[in-house]
Amino acid sequence: MKKQIMDLRVTLSERVGAQCTLLKAKPVEGHLPECKPGQFAQLRVDDSGTFLRRPISIHDVEGDEISFLVQEVGKGTHWLCSLKEGDILNVVLPLGNGFTIKTQGTPLLIGGGVGVAPLLFLGKRLKEQGVKPTFLLGARTKAQLVRLDAFREVGEVLITTEDGSEGERGFVTQHSQLSMFNGRQCSIVYTCGPMPMMKAVAKMAREKGIECEASLENRMACGVGACLCCVEELADGHNHCVCTDGPVFSTAELKIDN
Amino acid sequence: MASLSVKIGALELRNPVMTASGTFGYGLEFQDFVDLSRLGGIVVKGTTLHPREGNPYPRMAETASGMLNCVGLQNKGVDYFCKDIYPKVKDLPTNVIVNVSGSTIDDYVETARRIGELESIPAIELNISCPNVRQGGMAFGVTCEGASSVVRAVRKAYPKTLIVKLSPNVTDIAEIARAVEAEGADSVSLINTLMGMAIDAEKRKRILSIGTGGLSGPAVKPVALRMVYQVARAVKIPVIGLGGIMTATDAIEFLLAGATAIEVGTANFIDPSVTMKVVEGIEAYLERHGFQSVSDIIGALEE
Ligand SMILES: Cc1cc2nc3c(=O)[nH]c(=O)nc-3n(C[C@H](O)[C@H](O)[C@H](O)COP(=O)(O)OP(=O)(O)OC[C@H]3O[C@@H](n4cnc5c(N)ncnc54)[C@H](O)[C@@H]3O)c2cc1C
Ligand SMILES: Cc1cc2nc3c(=O)[nH]c(=O)nc-3n(C[C@H](O)[C@H](O)[C@H](O)COP(=O)(O)O)c2cc1C
Ligand code: FES
Repeated sequence: MKKQIMDLRVTLSERVGAQCTLLKAKPVEGHLPECKPGQFAQLRVDDSGTFLRRPISIHDVEGDEISFLVQEVGKGTHWLCSLKEGDILNVVLPLGNGFTIKTQGTPLLIGGGVGVAPLLFLGKRLKEQGVKPTFLLGARTKAQLVRLDAFREVGEVLITTEDGSEGERGFVTQHSQLSMFNGRQCSIVYTCGPMPMMKAVAKMAREKGIECEASLENRMACGVGACLCCVEELADGHNHCVCTDGPVFSTAELKIDN
Repeated sequence: MASLSVKIGALELRNPVMTASGTFGYGLEFQDFVDLSRLGGIVVKGTTLHPREGNPYPRMAETASGMLNCVGLQNKGVDYFCKDIYPKVKDLPTNVIVNVSGSTIDDYVETARRIGELESIPAIELNISCPNVRQGGMAFGVTCEGASSVVRAVRKAYPKTLIVKLSPNVTDIAEIARAVEAEGADSVSLINTLMGMAIDAEKRKRILSIGTGGLSGPAVKPVALRMVYQVARAVKIPVIGLGGIMTATDAIEFLLAGATAIEVGTANFIDPSVTMKVVEGIEAYLERHGFQSVSDIIGALEE
């Protein structure tokens, strides 16, 4: 899959939830290259206060239209969240490996915070392959749950919030329905979100004997495997590039599960 | 059309634009973005005698107009390079130069010797200026004696084009340049990164895992230009200039300051195809000013 640098034109910029913006965009010229769920793009931020590109997951692809779900946490994401319809956004994509698409059994997709971003695209592709994904989405509070309607169009949606303002109260790994998922009918757990959540999910999956893949968000500079800034030390004791060997890893390879 | 070719020792470059070590992988990572046959050369990752895991994460901090890194020469060692990487890069349509680093003089010599046996690697860049490793690295590059001793030893073991990469973390870089020239270096490249630090005020912690890192990007360009200017006047061997080059104009400034060739580093992270724009921009500049050859602008500052 050839990586490309391209200008996109923003087709939609919509505030969703308390801190996120949903951006949709199309290539100014030509077509979007083929992208896989779990892959990401490096977004150019044209603000004098930042220097590097910002890695953002591919949230959805429909034809030549790509979506990103961006949470405002600093200058770069503030600039991205301030983009307006018609603005130009320069991206490098598609980057990284992506999730393994498994077509047997029921997949469980567990996301926390803005970590839900790559799971929509993943869920859609799984559904196209004829499997019925279940989403388990967690947040601190109701206002941080985003894109629920979009997720509900793709599969069943289970929710936890830490304050109980929506769905069940607690963490994702405490959801009552999880007892229904075991190694027999659940083929794989995919997770993306804060590290403590992914750790808990990895542990749960291991205890249930279910395969688990997690998407990491290490800080990046190049995004293409050249600078070695983004490394994660895996269970094999070696440093691996998250931008090329990841961002998706089997949790069995990660130290979080050990 | 103006001639763009330049010579560094025995090395012929089709144009003065190369890529900086540690910022362009082995070139293969950039094949989707760059026509490698249009580059003067690529300097691949820092290679050491033994495999190195590098420093722990986090290794990078963004700064005003630049970044700090403390990668710490992560690489799989020279044997791996010879066996697994060399077959993939030996037929790349450009000069592939290996950046050689070490903790001891013997390490440098042995690594250089093994790289010297590889037919399609016409030159090495001796890195005596890495600020991110505890032993060796920059320690050799900050004194004339240290620099001389490594270059003297490597020169005996390495017959091809020997470029020595200098550290800016010194009081008088021209003095170091003269010292390595005297030991037989064919060229010097500068600058490596400037030692720096980043602090997270909220967490009251240093951001990088080892506390300090090397600063690169446009933030260092004025320092790099000044040093290239000084060194070009102090030595007779060709100087390769780098540090913060983001555009063709930046590159031309280095050539005017006296560099025979330039390397593009951190800019590759922002625009992976930037080197192509730098080549085109130099071409256009020569055309616009009516120069026949890029050598006409090397060190050609008006008083
Ligand atoms: C593969 C990948 C996919 C991602 N996908 C998304 C996505 O879909 N949506 C989204 O909103 N974000 C995503 N992120 C995270 C996003 O890249 C960062 O939030 C963004 O780069 C922060 O930029 P900023 O300029 O706004 O913040 P900065 O000003 O750089 O930082 C703001 C604060 O966040 C901290 N911080 C910044 N980056 C990181 C990091 N990588 N790890 C830990 N702390 C950090 C800083 O220390 C600081 O406290 C992804 C990251 C990766 C690596
Ligand atoms: C992530 C990173 C890794 C680097 N690794 C090396 C290296 O292995 N060997 C070396 O000689 N220089 C290394 N450098 C230094 C660059 O080659 C270059 O000297 C420096 O970054 C200044 O140029 P720039 O501002 O154009 O990046 C590295 C720089 C960066 C940013
Ligand atoms: S971000 Fe440069 S190697 Fe991963």
